[in-house]
Amino acid sequence: MSEAPKVKRKLDLSRLPGGRRWVIGAPYLWLAVFFLLPFVIVAKISLATSALAIPPYSAMFEWAEETLNIRVTLSNYFWLLGDDLYIKAYWNSIKIAFNSTVFALIIGYPMAYAIAKAPSHLQTTWLLLVLLPSWTSFLIRVYAWMGLLSNNGLINQALMGIGLTSEPIQMLNTNFAVYIGIVYSYLPFMVLPLYANLVKHDDSLLEAASDLGARKWTSFFRITLPLSKNGIIAGSMLVFIPVVGEYVIPELLGGAETVMIGKVLWQEFFNNRDWPVASALAVLMIALLIVPIMLFHRYQNKETGV
Amino acid sequence: MNRSRFSLSRLCFWLGIGFLYAPMVVLIVYSFNSSRLVTVWAGWSTKWYGELFRDEQIMNAVGRSLQVAFYSASTAVVLGMLASIVIVRFRRFRGRTLFSGMITAPLVMPDVIIGLSMLLLFVAMAQSIGWPPQRGLLTVWIAHTTFCVAYSTVVISSRLREMDQSLEEAALDLGATPVRAFFLVTLPIIAPSILSAWLLSFTLSLDDVVIASFVTGPGATTLPIEVFSSVKLGVTPKINALATIIIGVVSLVAFGSWYVSRRIDERNRAAARMAAEA
Repeated sequence: MSEAPKVKRKLDLSRLPGGRRWVIGAPYLWLAVFFLLPFVIVAKISLATSALAIPPYSAMFEWAEETLNIRVTLSNYFWLLGDDLYIKAYWNSIKIAFNSTVFALIIGYPMAYAIAKAPSHLQTTWLLLVLLPSWTSFLIRVYAWMGLLSNNGLINQALMGIGLTSEPIQMLNTNFAVYIGIVYSYLPFMVLPLYANLVKHDDSLLEAASDLGARKWTSFFRITLPLSKNGIIAGSMLVFIPVVGEYVIPELLGGAETVMIGKVLWQEFFNNRDWPVASALAVLMIALLIVPIMLFHRYQNKETGV
Repeated sequence: MNRSRFSLSRLCFWLGIGFLYAPMVVLIVYSFNSSRLVTVWAGWSTKWYGELFRDEQIMNAVGRSLQVAFYSASTAVVLGMLASIVIVRFRRFRGRTLFSGMITAPLVMPDVIIGLSMLLLFVAMAQSIGWPPQRGLLTVWIAHTTFCVAYSTVVISSRLREMDQSLEEAALDLGATPVRAFFLVTLPIIAPSILSAWLLSFTLSLDDVVIASFVTGPGATTLPIEVFSSVKLGVTPKINALATIIIGVVSLVAFGSWYVSRRIDERNRAAARMAAEA
């Protein structure tokens, strides 16, 4: 066996003009300046006090009479933690996000399963059918439910038409409408990672189980479901994390009872013009989401090697 | 395994599809309603489309949004391509963990946080270095590019990872310079993913209301901001007409790009087969 030693040549991008440094540097710098740095600034402003100025917060460093004054205050955090409204908003957001994630999983799992089990020439088309709505405007899809759920909307008209109720049921501006809106808008994000996971499953495992006498449901619960754990985590995080900070859906479909943290932050910022409190709200929200985000990141690493 | 045509999961699939599409169908049908009341059907009419096109405020916003979306998507795709090369091909470099974290985090980070933090950055920058001079389309472009880079990278890197590297190696063995090999071999192979990344970024930018609300300035109202402020006041048939147009265009482009990328794929595969046989 005399085989000529094969010279493996790799595409060495460090020999590109500008070299490796440039290829890494451009996206790295952009993200560091426009994604990472902003969080540092948010954290900094959350330690300032609101002021009647432009911009409306106190400076952290002040140089006056040869003295450097550093002003840092935790008052915004004490204010947030001392007020029931904010605690309730956080709790409500987590509750709504958790419940809608479970609903989306219950609806999305069978859909993803059906696509993964469909004949392979149909799979792309079916997946496209699920994803297409998420490419049309998010705002417009939420808006569509405003028309459907209102007191004189199509659903109430139909319910009254078949005599189920004599007067319209209040659905718009309730938590019910918020759940519908969230599950509706985020369903494709649940289906996509689940499908990506389920389609890779090896059918021979199921055949082996059935040869050994396992019933269909048994092998589903003991083989398919545990194997799709990563897909379930990814899909759930893709729904749960953004929903915690959701603003548009509670604003358009929710009512007075729907106090969510994204809406509170928006109001603090735009209506009260209290930038430091809004920043503190953001910092606490990130603190809440950091574990789910890391969980999602780990899945991404595992699944794609990012 | 169940291979029958009617299984429980298939039933769920079609029910789910019905759930996803029914509201949009209703939206489209009512855009042709001649009544101002969106809930009462009073016959077919296209007058709301006429009113929509005569609404200068909305039309101007459409122009601005298309412009921002075009520039954001184009920048994001270039940065996303570089980031994909970094992530797939440079296995080890300092700050890799941070880099991959900055790619994943924008995918799930709530919009209000991205919007607020970006605005505070722009304010702080204007204060300390005097740039950006004012908030407007420029700042919206930067903000949109930033989160679109993350999406572009996910799309392009998955393609780059699947790619057969021996094609590149063959080109290098035959004496191509790395730059030539990249542009003549690698780029055409990942082209479909660059197209999908561009389209995804374009639609994401066109769709964003929360981040744009934070970072925009006077005179730079984008379409979603315009739609949002009119929708908050209630349902109007003019918005239904706008929605119908958006849904129509998106469906056309989605099916078109799906078709094109499938064709490119087939051609590449055929070329690879021919090359292998030769």
